[in-house]
Amino acid sequence: MTRFKWLVPALYILFLMLPIYWLLSMSFKTTNEILGGFTLWPQKFTIENYAKIFTDPTWYMGYVNSLTYVVINTVLSVAVALPAAYAFSRYRFLGDKHLFFWLLTNRMAPAAVFALPFFQLYSAIGLFDTYIAVALAHCLFNVPLAVWILEGFMSGVPRELDELAFIDGYPFWKFFLKIFIPAIAAGVGVAAFFCFMFSWVELLLAKTLTAVEAKPIAATMTRTASTSGYELGLLAAAGALTMVPGAFVIYFVRNYIAKGFALGRV
Amino acid sequence: MSAKPVNHRAWWLVLPVVILVAFNAVIPLMTVVNYSVQETFGNNKFFFEGLTWFNQVVHSSRFHDSLLRQLMFTAIILAIEVPLGVAIALAMPRKGVWLSVCLVLMSMPLLIPWNVVGAMWNIFALPDIGLLGWSLNRLGIDYNYTQEPFAAWATLIAMDVWHWTSLVALLAYAGISAIPDAYYQAAKIDGASAWSVFRYVQLPKMKHVLTIAVLLRFMDSFNIYTEPVVLTGGGPGNATTLLSIDLVKIALGQFDLGPAAAMSLIYFLIILLLSWVFYRVMTRGEEE
Repeated sequence: MTRFKWLVPALYILFLMLPIYWLLSMSFKTTNEILGGFTLWPQKFTIENYAKIFTDPTWYMGYVNSLTYVVINTVLSVAVALPAAYAFSRYRFLGDKHLFFWLLTNRMAPAAVFALPFFQLYSAIGLFDTYIAVALAHCLFNVPLAVWILEGFMSGVPRELDELAFIDGYPFWKFFLKIFIPAIAAGVGVAAFFCFMFSWVELLLAKTLTAVEAKPIAATMTRTASTSGYELGLLAAAGALTMVPGAFVIYFVRNYIAKGFALGRV
Repeated sequence: MSAKPVNHRAWWLVLPVVILVAFNAVIPLMTVVNYSVQETFGNNKFFFEGLTWFNQVVHSSRFHDSLLRQLMFTAIILAIEVPLGVAIALAMPRKGVWLSVCLVLMSMPLLIPWNVVGAMWNIFALPDIGLLGWSLNRLGIDYNYTQEPFAAWATLIAMDVWHWTSLVALLAYAGISAIPDAYYQAAKIDGASAWSVFRYVQLPKMKHVLTIAVLLRFMDSFNIYTEPVVLTGGGPGNATTLLSIDLVKIALGQFDLGPAAAMSLIYFLIILLLSWVFYRVMTRGEEE
């Protein structure tokens, strides 16, 4: 029995790859071929769909917009989460446990509940349809995520490190930036990766908070799906390109991915 | 390890986080609370309505139906994803290049934007030109997920299993890989069967991570919105209208802000309760 054990993950991975294969295969087909009938692989291999995305600003700006707010959000989330996670991992203070729990509830909050109030809030302060609006809104779930992950990594660093540095006369900020952050560099990388990822995959809020200027790629895709007929090939190519950032960095965090999804608690 | 020192000045370190999250959480939540107790006839005029909306929502059969569908969806995906994820984790290679291959490929679905997951399954399952739909129809199974509620449900569940089983598998794997080799050697000396090794060595070690996995899947499946909207749009009819979809339909489709807000708050309370359980599980190990 153990000889065939490898079949379980192998079959599972096959199952995972099938829809991805189909998306990729469709992205290399012409619209006529797709609608003309079932073909297992592209008969007339074309890169026209990708060419269109890379030359048409309404398409490629979608990626630029998405990447812009995602990067702003990631930097902001990790920057504010670092000191907070340090406080949670090193000290007890008034209301610390309640605060930690309250942060978690925001990670779990359904985006659908917040969609309309977010629209009104960001319209009221004049940030509607800007990168900043989406980047700030995504802080709702990414800041708690970053705090939890970083706290998990920081608790693995012995407190003697801090004490020794303070005995040596390091001021807090110097110790924090020069010694402590390098000591948990892996954790910072993982937290940044997860913030990037969750901001990249979330679309309900991103779509609600934008119209033209900061429109994410997802909104471009939905618009294409509904207005310009049924350009499945183009849609498939656009979808395939959204997998690139994840596919690109996943190798580096493969051993931490479980820890990240468990909010730093594995 | 000695207890953490008490230092109330640590508040300065968490202040930026509190401000940022409170801005995003408290103001919108208060807006929702506001709507939930008021009636509007347009022109930004509001009238206090008390608990009318809550009464209406709690007693509306529409809410009951979408809540029931939501619970059914969550129960089914948990019943499939948890055993499947554990089985995959047990069969995964323990080290070497194949482990990396498994980890990287299995994580793929977790990193795809949610609307793309929906769109991908939408075209994968199309009855005439999708790989899945075409194959099923070729095999003589009458399958069309845009028209039959059962097919729509099956597709929705297949999509969620595809999307999230890896999360359970990765967490379970993290639990298994933390077991020292000595445990297995001891079991071997005792002549333990594969089942006893699983039952008395691996399962107890996985308990903590599995609880995390179940709770995460429970909550995230309760919040699911984008994928089913792109896949089925909640249809055919209302067959796959889950809680979030219904909420957005009421709030943005019909602009019934009062009932939508009341429903949001009830929804939020359910999530809050679940988060509390999750929090207790997550921090249990640290307090002891």
